[in-house]
Amino acid sequence: MELDAAWADKWMRLSATALNENRQRLTTLDREIGDADHGENMERGFSAVVEKLDADGVPETPGAVFKTVAMTLMSKVGGAAGPLYGTAFLRASTAAGSASVLDPAGLVAVLTAARDGIVARGKAEPGDKTMIDAWTPAVDAAVTAEAAGSGPVEILTAAANAAEAGLAGTEPLVARKGRASYLGERSAGHLDPGAASTALILHAAVSAAETAA
Amino acid sequence: MSVGLVVVSHSRKLAEGVCELAAQMAADVRIVPAGGTDDDGIGTSLEKIMTGISATDSGEGTVLLTDLGSAVMTAESALEFLEPEQQHRVLMADAPLVEGTVAAAVAAQTGKNVAEVTAAAESAGASYTPAGTQPDDGSAGPPASGASAEDSASGAWTLVNPMGLHARPASVVAQLLADLDAEITINGVDGKSVMMLMTLGLRPGETLSATATGPDAARAVELLAEQVRNGFGEI
Repeated sequence: MELDAAWADKWMRLSATALNENRQRLTTLDREIGDADHGENMERGFSAVVEKLDADGVPETPGAVFKTVAMTLMSKVGGAAGPLYGTAFLRASTAAGSASVLDPAGLVAVLTAARDGIVARGKAEPGDKTMIDAWTPAVDAAVTAEAAGSGPVEILTAAANAAEAGLAGTEPLVARKGRASYLGERSAGHLDPGAASTALILHAAVSAAETAA
Repeated sequence: MSVGLVVVSHSRKLAEGVCELAAQMAADVRIVPAGGTDDDGIGTSLEKIMTGISATDSGEGTVLLTDLGSAVMTAESALEFLEPEQQHRVLMADAPLVEGTVAAAVAAQTGKNVAEVTAAAESAGASYTPAGTQPDDGSAGPPASGASAEDSASGAWTLVNPMGLHARPASVVAQLLADLDAEITINGVDGKSVMMLMTLGLRPGETLSATATGPDAARAVELLAEQVRNGFGEI
């Protein structure tokens, strides 16, 4: 149950499956307040990640897996989610460094770097109705869990659950960033698609850690 | 080699079109499109941008011009992937895509460095202000000091070429004046700015009036007169 390259590989594959299963849901959310392409874009991006991992073999460290993911998402996703998730995984890769296994502190560093990367790239703040509203509570929960001495699976679970709660919290918000911000007040009453995909991806990280050998 | 340009757009066609337009005014500048996703759908691709940078940076540097939101983010991401020695000479311009690319292309054609080309693109945003409503920042009149009476010259001519002062002639004029040591005002705008000249929208039969100050003032007016009289080479 170590967070090694095999876990990172499995995380990406489970993310691809979850995004594929939820493609319609994400696209519907995005149709309500955006341009109706988030489901397809994410599915295409993560399918490309799986193809890349299949073609090149699994890299040796979690950091190397994240770098492959970053490059692929930035080239294949197309929409804003490409550079946002791409930057998240790129910064995560740097934070993971050459460690072959992420310990709890390393895991928190990875999640924090990913969130900070998205903030740096998208310039969004909490409350803007973006994926940051899922990432920020997730990182906060991970920090708290790690400080309390939790193991990797517990930290990831805390992060994923907090992201889910953060997603629910986007519903009443008025969008201030991205395409949805053009809608102004009309964006309230809908969940944010980017926060929804974030919750799916973080849940996949938990599932991968629970099943990893 | 001059500074190169990469045009980053959500649309392959848009990027290609902007390159085509800019290339008309900058025959020697490498201007490469990076539009659409890898499979040419609507979106932006890191890979296309990286390829564009490699194809345009001759060592003099490259300026990236972008359209909407995710194009900006993907271009920023591309800058993060560059080798440290390349990072200082690959810049992104915060400029409107069409106006910025055209202005950057003309600046690159006249041998400006990467920072100057970026600045040219960014100042092209000012051309969004409709002609005739330019804020009076003093640039429209002769400088308040520093130029004696002998250092100024002026002239006015009727445009004779069939298309008037459209993109190509505007670029001819701006390039002609670029290296002269003189401040040149044409119908109230900076004569060295191709974008500002284009916003004038001067049509055939209309009058182009120029005032120049500085050591090369007389030369500037003389060159300008010659260009207008021969229709910017179009007649």
